[in-house]
Amino acid sequence: MADNEKLLSLDRMQSGQSGVIDSIQGGYGLVKRLSTLGIRHDKRITKISSMFMRGPVTIEIDRVQVAIGFGMASRIMVKIDE
Amino acid sequence: MGNPNVGKSVVFSRLTGVRVITSNYPGTTVGFTQGLMKIGEESVHIIDVPGIYSLEASSEAEKIALLIHDTGDRIINVVNAANLERNLYLTLQLLEKNIPVVVALNMWDDAQYRGIHIDLEKLRELLGVPVIPTVALTGQGIKELVENIPGAVVPAKSTRNHHERWVEIGRIIKLVQRISHRHRTMLERLADASVKPFTGTVLAAVVLTCAFLVIRFIGESLIDHVLDHFFKTFWTPVVLSISSFLGGAGVLHDIVVGHISGGEIHYIESFGLLTSGLYIPLAMVLPYIFSFYLMLGLLEDTGYLPRLAVLMDTFMHRLGLHGYAIIPTLLGFGCKVPAVLSTRILESKRERFIAATLISIAVPCAALQAMIFGLVGREGGQYVAVVYGTLFSVWIIVGIILNRMVKGFSPELLIEIPPYRLPTGRAILLKLWMRVRGFLIEAVPIILGAVLVINVMHVLGVFSAVASFTSPVITGILGLPSEAVTGLIVGLLRKDVALGMLSTLSMSAKQLVVSSVVLAMFFPCIAVFVMLLKELGVRNTMKSSGIMIAAVLITGGILNIIL
Repeated sequence: MADNEKLLSLDRMQSGQSGVIDSIQGGYGLVKRLSTLGIRHDKRITKISSMFMRGPVTIEIDRVQVAIGFGMASRIMVKIDE
Repeated sequence: MGNPNVGKSVVFSRLTGVRVITSNYPGTTVGFTQGLMKIGEESVHIIDVPGIYSLEASSEAEKIALLIHDTGDRIINVVNAANLERNLYLTLQLLEKNIPVVVALNMWDDAQYRGIHIDLEKLRELLGVPVIPTVALTGQGIKELVENIPGAVVPAKSTRNHHERWVEIGRIIKLVQRISHRHRTMLERLADASVKPFTGTVLAAVVLTCAFLVIRFIGESLIDHVLDHFFKTFWTPVVLSISSFLGGAGVLHDIVVGHISGGEIHYIESFGLLTSGLYIPLAMVLPYIFSFYLMLGLLEDTGYLPRLAVLMDTFMHRLGLHGYAIIPTLLGFGCKVPAVLSTRILESKRERFIAATLISIAVPCAALQAMIFGLVGREGGQYVAVVYGTLFSVWIIVGIILNRMVKGFSPELLIEIPPYRLPTGRAILLKLWMRVRGFLIEAVPIILGAVLVINVMHVLGVFSAVASFTSPVITGILGLPSEAVTGLIVGLLRKDVALGMLSTLSMSAKQLVVSSVVLAMFFPCIAVFVMLLKELGVRNTMKSSGIMIAAVLITGGILNIIL
């Protein structure tokens, strides 16, 4: 990985940060389920917010907002924009 | 068929004229509805199904959609034009089946407003089926959709795997969709603020408090200024003349008119069919049904509920649920029958069991709440607060216990959050009317039946026999007069009548509080019980009931001791 590429899991991103989904570290079932909600490899994603105490993360993809449980969010790796 | 919250039910209503509840959140529809429509000379059946993202189900509601989709001759695939890319996944899956498809590109106005341009001709060509832009809310494009239903075709057969479908979708989107940039609107900024921890919590507190206050205000005003007034001014003379016609006494008189004395009618205590039998449903409960469902309709149609689910998620996990369970719970404050039904939006059996059990034990329905406001409220607001505080604590404590006891774990939240929309007056009023009408034609006859049964049992002396039998529990543990058991039995039919009946027993404020709590928690009315049996099965309903009985006795006993 080049130095200028920063990879973060969704739960560690700041609210308002954007990037491109690099990978989803989960089984086939999770990958498939997330993909039907528009969350898949190479898609642009913006984090809107996250709730305290490991609450759900809200993101926006293709102008649609999706709330994702903390555990799932931590498996979505995002290549952060410069 | 189509993704959740794309407006399938609205399209369905437009096509068939059958009214179904529609809202702005994924998972409004949890069962299927059939309707008829005419195409030319032919009558055809149309079936509305719950939304799905793909032909693999993750919740009970989605399983229903999958079961049904194979049975149709044609599929109307409703697609959200503002979110074509994601919606096309299901469309491609449907096109791979051997069933003719027509695509309704719904929310067409929304897509244009958002600066999304779709080349319809190209899309038709690429998909190989008719594609009709529609705005189901206003009816735009519905006629063309109907004309194109016979023209639905099976496109050239192709089977793809998961990956290939996305590649194909990427190709289609590149060819048909163009997006022009646009600034964020006010509603979108508000939408972002609603799911941020601080602003979101403040907003939720404001929204829920306002909702509660408005419900009270409208309900109370309707009672004080309209309905109570109507009964006292116009109905009393009618009842009095019927009373004298029936001779002013006797069994028939007591059943029809009830106990009245000296030209005065006490509408709650007289307990005749024409007095309490009408006053309780129409002048005490109906105003709150009206105001509750008006507010719920607004919350549903703006799209606020999924945001509340996000805020509540962390907390709800402690009760073994995830945030989306807040939706069935809120529905339960109206009526528990649709509430238990809507637990189908939850993914696992475990969650459905916990959610349904908590709703049936700790969430008082609108009818009972109206009576609590009316009867307990007379003794003072603090007593109403004790009732609600107790039920809320029970909800949390039972939830925590269930979360520990029931095997398994609660799945994580994964929901789409719809954009905020300004609700249309027509949609809100239509929905309100459907729900009020439901109350009038389903609940009022049962209430009259319950009043009749009470009177007959009274005449036959059944109640006093039961009362002496159950008094160790009723009086010993709960500290209620032994006749209170009759109220609990009547509560199986209707909670509102039951509390009305208990209020005639000249109980102290404390006893009224205990009986309100016990009534709220003790077996749900028969309609809910049937729904529980259907949704949970016999074994789990029995388990749920066992938990309920234990919870009632413990809670009632504690209240009796500490109050």
